[in-house]
Amino acid sequence: MVNNTDLMLHIPYSDYQAVRAHGEETYPHECCGVLLGKSDADGNHVQQVVRAGNTRSDSAHNRYNIAPQELVKIQRQARQAGLDIVGFYHSHPDHPAQWSPTDFAEAHWIGCSYVITAVAKGKAADTNSFLLSGTSEEDKNFVDQAVSIDVASTTPKGQA
Amino acid sequence: MNIHIPTPLRSFTGGAGTVAVVGDTVAEVFTNLTSEYPELKQQLFNAEGKLRSFVNIYLNDEDLRYLPSKEATTVASSDELTIIPSIAGGAGCSCCPLLP
Repeated sequence: MVNNTDLMLHIPYSDYQAVRAHGEETYPHECCGVLLGKSDADGNHVQQVVRAGNTRSDSAHNRYNIAPQELVKIQRQARQAGLDIVGFYHSHPDHPAQWSPTDFAEAHWIGCSYVITAVAKGKAADTNSFLLSGTSEEDKNFVDQAVSIDVASTTPKGQA
Repeated sequence: MNIHIPTPLRSFTGGAGTVAVVGDTVAEVFTNLTSEYPELKQQLFNAEGKLRSFVNIYLNDEDLRYLPSKEATTVASSDELTIIPSIAGGAGCSCCPLLP
């Protein structure tokens, strides 16, 4: 049986940096995007990062939402590339890189990684990943997920 | 018609990312889908049988909620349905101190 603590997030250094840079660019607003790749017994492996727009213009400093229509397009793009959606990322401007009650309530992609970057006064600080674990809405939970940053990998560039 | 399954629900479709299901309307297609993959039912619908609020259904590029006939919309075998749970969240409160 696979232990959840063994399911790491594997991400190339360039993609890791792209996620963090996105948070700095949109500061003081939250950024958001999708992680495409593959999942296996070792965890979620990111191969491409896709930026998404934050539709929460009414409260973009502490909320994010990706339009479903944009998600449909990203999922189609992933399918055509032979990839899956393996996670999402967003930033917390001037707020810790920990999931919030809002993050948890709005998290529905069980098995996916939710990456959060704290952006302090415009500079990316901590980046953490949380695996949404469980079997359904009723028993889901966030588990701290180790992040393995692959400095040697040079995957084709994503949109980030 | 083909139905595209999001990654979290593929454990209920034997790992398939796309499944082919017959039906003349969206409602019929979903009835047949959950008949073939019964475990999907509680993932997609609440106890009252309503689609869970965070589950978005797209017929090709159209949100089912905004189609005039909604679930009664007729479909062709060349159409595609996409199930896409919502993505949202955020830091939420402003009660925490600024990071150092």
